[in-house]
Amino acid sequence: MRLAISATTYRMVLLLRDSHQIQSLVIVTPWWIRSQVLVHTKTPIVMDFPGGKVAFTPEIHFISESNEERVPCYRVLDDNGQQLTNSQFVPVSKEIAVKMYSDMVTLQMMDNIFYEAQRQGRLSFYATAFGEEAINIASAAALSPDDVIFPQYREPGVLLWRGFTLQEFANQCFGNKSDYGKGRQMPVHYGSNKLNYFTVSATIAYSLLTQLLPNAVGAAYSLKMDEKDACAVTFFGDGGSSEGDFHAALNFAAVMEAPVLFICRNNGWAISTPTSDQFRSDGVVVKGRAYGIRSIRVDGNDALAMYSAVHEAREMAIREHRPILIEALTYRVGHHSTSDDSTRYRSADEIEWWNKARNPLSRFRTWVESNGWWSDEAESDLRSKIKKEMLEAIRVAEKTEKPNLNHMFSDVYDVPPLNLREQELLVRQAIKSHPQDYPSDVPL
Amino acid sequence: MIRLLDLRSEKSGYCFPVSEKMWGILGRRAVDGGFSASSFRRMRSGLVSARSYAAGSKEMTVRDALNSAIDEEMSADPKVFVMGEEVGQYQGAYKITKGLLEKYGPERVYDTPITEAGFTGIGVGAAYAGLKPVVEFMTFNFSMQAIDHIINSAAKSNYMSAGQINVPIVFRGPNGAAAGVGAQHSQCYAAWYASVPGLKVLAPYSAEDARGLLKAAIRDPDPVVFLENELLYGESFPISEEALDSSFCLPIGKAKIEREGKDVTITTFSKMVGFALKAAEKLAEEGISAEVINLRSIRPLDRATINASVRKTSRLVTVEEGFPQHGVCAEICASVVEESFSYLDAPVERIAGADVPMPYAANLERLALPQVEDIVRAAKRACFRSK
Repeated sequence: MRLAISATTYRMVLLLRDSHQIQSLVIVTPWWIRSQVLVHTKTPIVMDFPGGKVAFTPEIHFISESNEERVPCYRVLDDNGQQLTNSQFVPVSKEIAVKMYSDMVTLQMMDNIFYEAQRQGRLSFYATAFGEEAINIASAAALSPDDVIFPQYREPGVLLWRGFTLQEFANQCFGNKSDYGKGRQMPVHYGSNKLNYFTVSATIAYSLLTQLLPNAVGAAYSLKMDEKDACAVTFFGDGGSSEGDFHAALNFAAVMEAPVLFICRNNGWAISTPTSDQFRSDGVVVKGRAYGIRSIRVDGNDALAMYSAVHEAREMAIREHRPILIEALTYRVGHHSTSDDSTRYRSADEIEWWNKARNPLSRFRTWVESNGWWSDEAESDLRSKIKKEMLEAIRVAEKTEKPNLNHMFSDVYDVPPLNLREQELLVRQAIKSHPQDYPSDVPL
Repeated sequence: MIRLLDLRSEKSGYCFPVSEKMWGILGRRAVDGGFSASSFRRMRSGLVSARSYAAGSKEMTVRDALNSAIDEEMSADPKVFVMGEEVGQYQGAYKITKGLLEKYGPERVYDTPITEAGFTGIGVGAAYAGLKPVVEFMTFNFSMQAIDHIINSAAKSNYMSAGQINVPIVFRGPNGAAAGVGAQHSQCYAAWYASVPGLKVLAPYSAEDARGLLKAAIRDPDPVVFLENELLYGESFPISEEALDSSFCLPIGKAKIEREGKDVTITTFSKMVGFALKAAEKLAEEGISAEVINLRSIRPLDRATINASVRKTSRLVTVEEGFPQHGVCAEICASVVEESFSYLDAPVERIAGADVPMPYAANLERLALPQVEDIVRAAKRACFRSK
C-alpha cells in the first residue's frame, strides 16, 4: 500500500528502525490528518548516568528481598559418602586423599584431647573445630604453601595440613618457652610465619571479629603488585559477616581487583545467636553479588566439594585478579569454646544428629575406602598413633619452662626503647628484693 | 618588604623565624607610630647579636616539606605507596600529595573508597605482606572509624606475633583544631595514640620537623602515627641545606630545644610551639627567660630532655591544644614530678584546650583554645610574678 508520509516522519521511522528499539511499527493515516507513526518499542531507550548506561522501565517494580529459590549448594558426595552421579570435581590422588583423611582424624583427636585437658584444668581455654574438619583440611589441601592465610580461630586444620606438629600446637596452648608466640597469647591463637599463617588475633575471637578481612585484601594487593603466583585466603563465620569489616573488605577487594578468597564457615551459630537472628538474606553467598564478587555455596561437610571449590576459586583469583566468596554450609558440633555450654540454647538432639548422621569424617572415609585406599586397620593404627603422640606432646609441653621475663618487654617495637629497658631493670630489681612476691617458675 | 631574616644564633640554638606576616604587622605598627622604644631596641639587638643568614636562606612551607619527604621516600624505596581519600586525582585534600599520582601512577598513589575501617585494614594487611603504606586520614577525627586497625591490627601485631609480623606503616593527616570546623573535626588525638604501646607518635612543627620526622617515620619498621596540623600547612619556615638533602632524617624520640632559657621550661608540640615562642618573646620583655621545648615525639616521649631542662629552670609550664584530662601534659607533669620533684620550685602548670567539645563560633573557638596570653600568664604564675 502506498502512503504519503512527511519526510520528517520518514526519517524518524528510519532512526527508530536502525536503533533496534522497535518491536512493531504501525503507520496510521486517517484521511483527515497527516500520517502518524505509532511505534511500539521493545526496550525503552537507555540513558547515561554516572556509573554507566541503565535501561528505563515504566513499571514500578521492587526487586524482591529474596529469590524464590535459595542458591543451590554444591556437593560431590551424598550423605553416606557415595559419589553423586554427574558430579563435577577436581580429582584427588591417593596420596592427597589419604593425607586429607588422616589430617581430619588428627584434627578431631587433637581437639578432643585438648578439650579434655582444659576440663581437667591443665589448659586455661580451648576452642574446638568439631564438625568443620572438612572445611579445615580440604581448603588447606587445595591451596599452595605460598598462599597467605588470615584465619579466624576455628581453622587450626590449615596449620596442621601445612606441617605444624602436635608438639607445636601443645606449646602454644601451654604458653611455654618453645611457643612461637613467646607466651603472649591465649591457647588456640596459633601463628607461623614459616607456614604463611597469620597469628590468630584475640580481637578476632572476642571483640573484633573479621578484623583480618581487610588485612587480607591488603596482603592480596601486595601479592598482585609483586606478581606472585599466590593469593590471600581469609576465614570467618556467619556471625563475622555482620561486622563492618566484612563489608568494607569485600567492597574494596572488588574495586582493587585483589586476589583474595573469602571463605565463610556458615555453621549456623554465632555463640548463641542462630543465623535467623544474624541476617535475613539467603545466607552469606548472596552478599557477594552485591559487591560485584563471584560467589559459590558449598557443602562444607563434603571434603571433595570443598577441595574442588577452593581449587577452582584459587585459580580464578590469581589468574583473573579477582576476589571470590565461598560460603561453606556446615554445623558447629562443639560449643563455641570452653567458656560456653551450648546445650543452654540448642537441643542436645540437634547436636547429636549432626555429629553422627552428617559427620564429615565418615562421609569422606566411605569415599576413600571405596577407592581401596583406607581400611579399618589403617584407622585404628592411625588413631592409636595420634593418641600416643598427643599425650606425649602434652606431657612435654606441660613440663617445659615458661618464657623468660625479658619476653614481657621485647617485640613491642622493633628495637626496645629506653623506657622499656628501664622498666625491665626496675622489675628485675623488685624481684631480687622481694622474691616471695613473685612466681618462682618464671625464668629470669 | 623584607622577606625573612633567619636570626639564628648557633650558640644558643635559638631560631626565631620572623614570618612575612609578622614583618607586615611590625611594619604597620611602625607606620601607626605604635612602636615602643623597648621593642625597637629588642629588634635591633636581635639583629646585631644573632648571626643572620640573609638573602641566601631557603624557606619552605610545611606542605612542601611533607610533599617532598613523601616524594623522596617513594623514589628511594619502591615498596612505599600512598593511600587515602582524594590523594590521587584530587592531588590530596590539603594538596600534600600533589603531583605524586602523575609521577608514580595509580598503583602507588591509591584513591580509596570512603571507608576508613576498610582502607586502614587494607593498608595494615599490605604492611603485613611487606609493603610500606603511607595512609592518609583526611583528618584524624576520621581515624576513629579505623582505630581498631591502628591499635589492634598494627600496634600490637609485632608483640602478639612474637616479632614475626612487623607493620612498617605510617598513618598521617591533620590533627587537632583547625579554624571553624566544629566539634567533630577539631579533636586532638595525641594523648589517645600516645598511650598505646607498639605505636610511635610524632608531631612536627616546622618544615624541617615535617621533612625529617616524616622521612624517619616512613623508614621506621614500627607503626607510626604522624600528627600534622592543618593551619601549619601553609606556613613558611627557614630550612637548612642539610634538611633539603634527600637522606635527611630526624631521630624519633628526641625533643628539640627551640629556644634556650633559664627561668621556666615550656614544653609543647605542633602549632602550640609557635605560640610558646611568641609567649617566650613576651616573657623576655619582662625579664623572664623561658626555655621552649618542641617535643617532636609524643611517644616515645623525650623525658630526659624535659627533665634536664626542668632541673635547670626549676619550673614547668606544659602546653597542648587537646582536652586537659589524661592529656599529653598530664603525662609530662607526672614524669617531672616523679623524676625531678626536688628540683621543682613551683607547682607544675598545665595549659590545655577547654574541657568542652570545640564550639564553632569564632569567638568561642578562640576562648576554647590556648592563646599566647594564657601561656604568658602561666609562666608568670610559675615564676610567682602573678596569681
